[in-house]
Amino acid sequence: MAFVEKKLPADAPVVDKALNWVDSRFPLTKLWNDQWGKYYAPKNFNFWYIFGSLAMLVLVIQIVTGIFLVMHYKPDATLAFASVEYIMRDVPWGWLVRYMHSTGASAFFIVVYLHMARAFMYGSYRKPRELIWLFGFAIFLCLMAEAFFGYLLPWGQMSYWGAQVIVNLFGAIPFIGPDLSLWIRGDYVVSDATLNRFFSFHVIAIPLVLLGLVMAHLIALHEVGSNNPDGIEIKENLGPDGHPLDGVPSHPYYTFHDIFGVTVFLTLFSAVIFFAPEMGGYFLEYNNFIPADSLKTPPHIAPTWYFTPFYSILRATTSEFLFVIQAGIAAYVGLIFLTTKLPQMIKFAIAGAALLAIAGMMPGALDAKFWGVVLFGGSVVILAFLPWIDLSPVKSIRYRPDWHKLVYIVFAITFVTLGYLGVQPPSPIRERISQVCAIIYFSFFLLMPWWSAMGTFKPVPKRVTFTPH
Amino acid sequence: MKLLKKLIATLAFVPAMVMANEGGFPLDHAPDRSTDMAALQNGAKLFVNYCLNCHSASAMRYNRLRDIGLTEDQIRTNLLFTGEKVGDLMKTTMAPKDAKAWFGAVPPDLSVIARAKASEAGSGADWIYTYLRTYYKDESRPTGWNNMVFPNVGMPHVLWQLQGVRTAKFVEEKDPHDESKTIHKFEGFEKVSDGTLTKAEYDNAVGDLVAYLQWMGEPAQSTRKRLGAIVVIFMAFLATLAWRLNASYWKEVK
Repeated sequence: MAFVEKKLPADAPVVDKALNWVDSRFPLTKLWNDQWGKYYAPKNFNFWYIFGSLAMLVLVIQIVTGIFLVMHYKPDATLAFASVEYIMRDVPWGWLVRYMHSTGASAFFIVVYLHMARAFMYGSYRKPRELIWLFGFAIFLCLMAEAFFGYLLPWGQMSYWGAQVIVNLFGAIPFIGPDLSLWIRGDYVVSDATLNRFFSFHVIAIPLVLLGLVMAHLIALHEVGSNNPDGIEIKENLGPDGHPLDGVPSHPYYTFHDIFGVTVFLTLFSAVIFFAPEMGGYFLEYNNFIPADSLKTPPHIAPTWYFTPFYSILRATTSEFLFVIQAGIAAYVGLIFLTTKLPQMIKFAIAGAALLAIAGMMPGALDAKFWGVVLFGGSVVILAFLPWIDLSPVKSIRYRPDWHKLVYIVFAITFVTLGYLGVQPPSPIRERISQVCAIIYFSFFLLMPWWSAMGTFKPVPKRVTFTPH
Repeated sequence: MKLLKKLIATLAFVPAMVMANEGGFPLDHAPDRSTDMAALQNGAKLFVNYCLNCHSASAMRYNRLRDIGLTEDQIRTNLLFTGEKVGDLMKTTMAPKDAKAWFGAVPPDLSVIARAKASEAGSGADWIYTYLRTYYKDESRPTGWNNMVFPNVGMPHVLWQLQGVRTAKFVEEKDPHDESKTIHKFEGFEKVSDGTLTKAEYDNAVGDLVAYLQWMGEPAQSTRKRLGAIVVIFMAFLATLAWRLNASYWKEVK
């Protein structure tokens, strides 16, 4: 097919001509319209729908401030700590850029956790949005890796020992563990070699993957369309113009809606940056103002707050708790055999895996540290299965039985409690509470195929609930 | 249903249940002199005279002291003793190897010490303020000095001529929870000899020194707060505009 360029009248504005020239060679207008301009989003979005855009904003803040930090930061164990203080003092506006970046890291997790909470509430991960959820899950993993690698760079005591503790976790894997953690560190302890490779991961490897995943997340979203607080597919009610009756084009409606959200967010964000950049030791830990010292282990090593819910699960896994888990696994297999119609083959495969796990938890087999790491990883990975374990006939919490709301509230409180316990030094009572919370956390997901389908569901309306404002 | 509600009620108390304060010497509250230029300048003088001999503040340049109201000439004539340039970093001349031999450890860099010493017990300034005021004579220690906040500290009481010499009085008390144990309980300080300053004057001087250390931890802090007020007000104004702008678009969505 021959190349045909649309002919514009000779007196057409020069901008139109330029755009026509580009559009004939690259689908610029089409991309804009598909991805935003004429992307019809449900008109009943509420407060919870701002966090996707905010996550995008924080990503941009992190990349831009990161670029400037790399110009002055020295990824060298003898210079790193001092170079951060150099940025804070001698680089013009360095303190602002650094605080934006350090506060941005925490803000990223706040925004992403709220974004995920929205998906939980309104069933945004349900068919046909499974891939959006999986891309999002991968973004979350990248974000955790990014935060972990980045946290070593200031080379303070908490950076150093936090990295040491987490890398040592890989040492719990049978047979290859010790060699694996040695390979990750590039040395017998966290050292200059570790700092250099973490720097490389933090500034190039992970951000590249992250950007690709964000694009995939958005393309998938704009392909199937957004969910909404009612959990209704707006594409099922098209108007005469072929657009959803309950949708509005993102531009201008959500453009200005999001600008409003962004300004509110930036007001709060600046309040933290300018008045409480340490956030009481949660955003910048006090111990991290002491240079890394491989000979002095701090009495209390806690990861930054955004990892602590999962870290608590790791700490909760003591050797006596393993007996509880063994009983839990046995009961779970019993439940599967008695109440599900899965093929025999699958049932027996599950039983076999369960037997292996129970045997592995026997005293003298694999130790509690290993199982702690398994549960730690499992508590994150289990999120990926959400689209397939939620069997509720409706998507949105609005039309679920009332007691489902309580289940979600208990889950939210459990998650926050785990997070709180993770920043505290361990004690017997805290250990007990974190074990109870760990059981609730896993039960929420593992029992979801049962409880999510139970109860009396409310009728879902045909059209979204919307009050004009 | 009821069970769940009970569970939620119980979980709500969890933070209170697990909130237990760790032990340690209670910290006094350091006076806030972060914007008091005279106090900061006096603190800088004390810092250069008493601390900088052994400790560095290697992230800090002398000429940054202009931010607390000194001129370069004043810095040069009053605070530079060994031929440094005014743009130099505050480094000690004591070799780390000597320090290790004399005190058992290299004295830590003090650039960000006020930020590092913060904890749940109090701010970093509170910690240093209490620390510098709770030294006592203890002949069992190699330096002859011990401290309430930092037991068995390696640093001798550098400010002893100002504060005077004190000993600490301890009594052995039965542990109310365990009959077989005794508690080593602090009963207060006892004066041995006067210093050149009265107690109030000494506390005041330490207050100035701590204010300086706190300022030095982040010299941009007052700029940050001043600018912050403007930025937050501006952003809030912008948010109000964006709110109305958004409303004017959404008016037409029925």
